[in-house]
Amino acid sequence: MRSSSISRNRNKRRVGELRAAALLLSPSLAGVAVFYLVPFAEVVRRSFTDAPGRRFVGLSNYKTVLANSAFQTAAANSARFLCVCIPALLALSLALALLTRAAGRRGQSFRTSFLLPLAVPVASIVLLWKVLFAGNGLANTVLQTLGAKQVDFMGTGAAFWVLIATYLWKNCGYDMVLWAAGLDRIPQSQYEAAAVDGANGWQTFCAITWPGLRPTLGLTALLSLINSFKVFREAYLVAGAYPHESMYLLQHLFNNWFLNLELGRITAAAVLVVGALLTVAGLLLAARRIRRKETPC
Amino acid sequence: MLKRSLRLAALALLALFTWWVLWFMVMGALTPEDELRMTIGPALESGGAQSAVWCILPNWPTLEPLVQLLFDTPLFFTMFWNACVQVFPQVAGQLLVAAPAAWVFSKLRFPGRRALYAAYLVLMVLPFQITMVPNYLVLDRLGLMDTPFAVILPGVFSTFPVFIIKKGFDAVPDALVEAASLDGAGPLRIFASVGLPLGMPAILSAATLGFIEAWNAIEQPMMFLKDKANWPLSLFLSNITAADLGLAMAASLMMLAPPLLLFLTGQKYLERGIGLSASINDGM
Repeated sequence: MRSSSISRNRNKRRVGELRAAALLLSPSLAGVAVFYLVPFAEVVRRSFTDAPGRRFVGLSNYKTVLANSAFQTAAANSARFLCVCIPALLALSLALALLTRAAGRRGQSFRTSFLLPLAVPVASIVLLWKVLFAGNGLANTVLQTLGAKQVDFMGTGAAFWVLIATYLWKNCGYDMVLWAAGLDRIPQSQYEAAAVDGANGWQTFCAITWPGLRPTLGLTALLSLINSFKVFREAYLVAGAYPHESMYLLQHLFNNWFLNLELGRITAAAVLVVGALLTVAGLLLAARRIRRKETPC
Repeated sequence: MLKRSLRLAALALLALFTWWVLWFMVMGALTPEDELRMTIGPALESGGAQSAVWCILPNWPTLEPLVQLLFDTPLFFTMFWNACVQVFPQVAGQLLVAAPAAWVFSKLRFPGRRALYAAYLVLMVLPFQITMVPNYLVLDRLGLMDTPFAVILPGVFSTFPVFIIKKGFDAVPDALVEAASLDGAGPLRIFASVGLPLGMPAILSAATLGFIEAWNAIEQPMMFLKDKANWPLSLFLSNITAADLGLAMAASLMMLAPPLLLFLTGQKYLERGIGLSASINDGM
């Protein structure tokens, strides 16, 4: 008698929870469905049709995109950009996080300084970037006074590195805060034990800090990836729709195709990019699962 | 002791990279136009033989460019207002939509929860250039292209705030939710009186990040608003040429002011919120 009333109560609670979940989630889910999920299905459909979206054309859009030399350049540049900028950012921001921590309480006050570029709008720094990196700009003036050779920053392969530097400048503080939060979660007692055992700085880092930061690494990398796509704004405002070849990214390509209303190509390219991202994500997750099985913890 | 001073010196040197930018913009806005043209002007003219130089302090400081921008440039005010119309409803909408959804993903159980959250995460990662295609198809169908809603609505349903706020709710102990439930509070009541107050740092952090992001929007208005009368402030500077150097410097500073003030006041929450987003709960 009593047990059945308890289970009825539990059932009632379960139903109440489901109802609450539906109520609280529905505004978000409806909007996400209307603006993202449903039209994305339409994007996939259109990638197999002609531009007005009526006639089925099979894989011809995909063939056009893959054979397009601008797409090849942009995809290669974007891949190269990601492979350079994310590891560089992760390493630099981790070094900065360790440095601020080691510098004690006064080091903490520097966090604000490094986070500041996050709040600086692109439109505000465009002028400064132009002044810095123009042919006879400030960076070259400095190089000249130091007796070094001048560099054509925006007109050569150096443009790619200007973009990397911009990304690092903008996101270093954000990642530093993420790492700092990860460092906070490593128990102090572990460091004390290491100090008692006479471990040096590098040994402590390898044995305690880095393993302790492993859970933070994945999310920090993910957020760095999201922010890396936004570097297009700087690239676009400083160098326009057709910058030097070395910094022509997939974003430029999408931008230009969109403005020319090339819906057939752009939908096929969008499906390709999402497919590539999902494949990489799937591989990373699989690798993590395998590693977890090997080292049960 | 020496080591510590060395570290502080290294940090100070690195911090100079960020503060220098601010200094440049404040001083640039206080420098008269003809002086700017002499110092940094050469860099903006193609084929100028002279090298650009920069003085730490302006030789003849003036408020003239700022006054000119604020009193004689109606376009600036239109675009400032456009930015407000597009940014504030967007951020408010984000919080209203994302906070309940984040609570559901964090604390309530229902079938398909993990798969749905994974879809949200994928959407969060996709760059604007990918999502603009589906966005465009819908906005075009609804007849919203070229209206402020074209910028506001896709932004409201961005999944990034859901992620940030969920991280904050994950830090709310389950025991507290249990206790409230045993006291007879329903799930909605628990959300309102346990979740919201305890998740506030993350919500404020999402608001700050959302504001910075929306204020900074370049691609969205450029793609979805063909009529320049609707353009927000972020596109103002692409409108004026190097000939208006003084005006451009003043506008850069005014563009920076709102997010900078918000950043300096909300910085504590922002840091805590960002820190929370790196924490790991049930794998994501």
